[in-house]
Amino acid sequence: MTSAVGIDRDTSSYALRLGDDALILGQRLSEWAVASPALEEDVALLNIALDLLGQARSLLTRAAELEGRGRDEDSLAFLRDEPEFTCALLSAYHVHLWRVLVGSTDDVLAGIAGKAVKEADYHFDHAKHWTLRLGDGTPESHRRIQAGLDRVWPYAAELFERDPLLDRLVVRGIAVDPEVIRPLWEQTVGEVLAQATLTRPDTAWRPSGGRSGKHLTGFGYLLAEMQHLHRSHPGAAW
Amino acid sequence: MTTAAVRALLDSVHDPEIPVLTISDLGILRDVEVAGTHVVVTISPTYSGCPAMDEIRADIDAVLAEGGFDGEVRTVLSPAWTTDWMTDAGRRKLLEYGIAPPRPTRSGPVAVELGRTVIGCPQCASRDVEELSRFGSTSCKSMWRCNSCREPFDHFRAH
Repeated sequence: MTSAVGIDRDTSSYALRLGDDALILGQRLSEWAVASPALEEDVALLNIALDLLGQARSLLTRAAELEGRGRDEDSLAFLRDEPEFTCALLSAYHVHLWRVLVGSTDDVLAGIAGKAVKEADYHFDHAKHWTLRLGDGTPESHRRIQAGLDRVWPYAAELFERDPLLDRLVVRGIAVDPEVIRPLWEQTVGEVLAQATLTRPDTAWRPSGGRSGKHLTGFGYLLAEMQHLHRSHPGAAW
Repeated sequence: MTTAAVRALLDSVHDPEIPVLTISDLGILRDVEVAGTHVVVTISPTYSGCPAMDEIRADIDAVLAEGGFDGEVRTVLSPAWTTDWMTDAGRRKLLEYGIAPPRPTRSGPVAVELGRTVIGCPQCASRDVEELSRFGSTSCKSMWRCNSCREPFDHFRAH
């Protein structure tokens, strides 16, 4: 058990990755909410975004504690630049990740996962509901969601990449081994796609880089909006 | 002052989103330790992102300070809060307030009793109800409608 606050840069980097995944997805969903087709969907997206933001706060706080450089959740969220963000693309992935991370030897990460897994369950339900509704809906909705799926699918591979950081943390029992959750994810996603009459994309292209801070153009715009207030008014709080 | 007296003091701390519930009704008040004038209150957050938690922490601090205590609020994540920890008094208050109380979670320690497993309309008690959306005005609630009296209502989701 490593709950006491000592410096542990590896575990800090891992908590930061998980925190960045939740933070950036939460910010993106908040953007989507203003374009949602119905009030109920607006409420649903913002509820999910709020859960993700809460998870991100706990994870970034843990990352800051273990980093030992005097930073906090706010400085990590608002004062880092694009190459320092280590997120990858996700809901079916989160469900399986949290379920396994509950067994982490870092008991703060295990505690965060224990809360997050219950939230991820209904985030997944919501995503599944839309996938079924659009995939097995009209020919036009089917065409559009298949096109969207084809576009984002290659990026999913990055969720299961191993790197030296993960190698070290898996041995210590702190991080989740991507190879453990990959088959679970494949099965869950495969079932939903089949039920939604969607075709699982088959592509050899496997873009990478998110975990090492290389992102697509849209990422900079997202950061600009998310960080603008804090950078313009350092220390602003309410 | 005894722990029981401090707990009584803490009964004036309510959930800001659902003001009929005290933190004890909600099941988030996990422990109270009193050592002289020093009081340590341990709470569990409901949802990771619940904005009410900051306010609840501040309210606990204020109540303890008013009572002449040097208070400290600790937050623990594990074991994760579940609606199974909500008290029977809390469930009754929710229903009277117009919110259908949570059912037992599937994995929870609460025995499945008839009557607690079914969602009923808080207005007319009809069981002919339907879910409009799994998400509601706060993280913990979903939106429902009664098909008998046609009133919409909130349901505190099992979590």
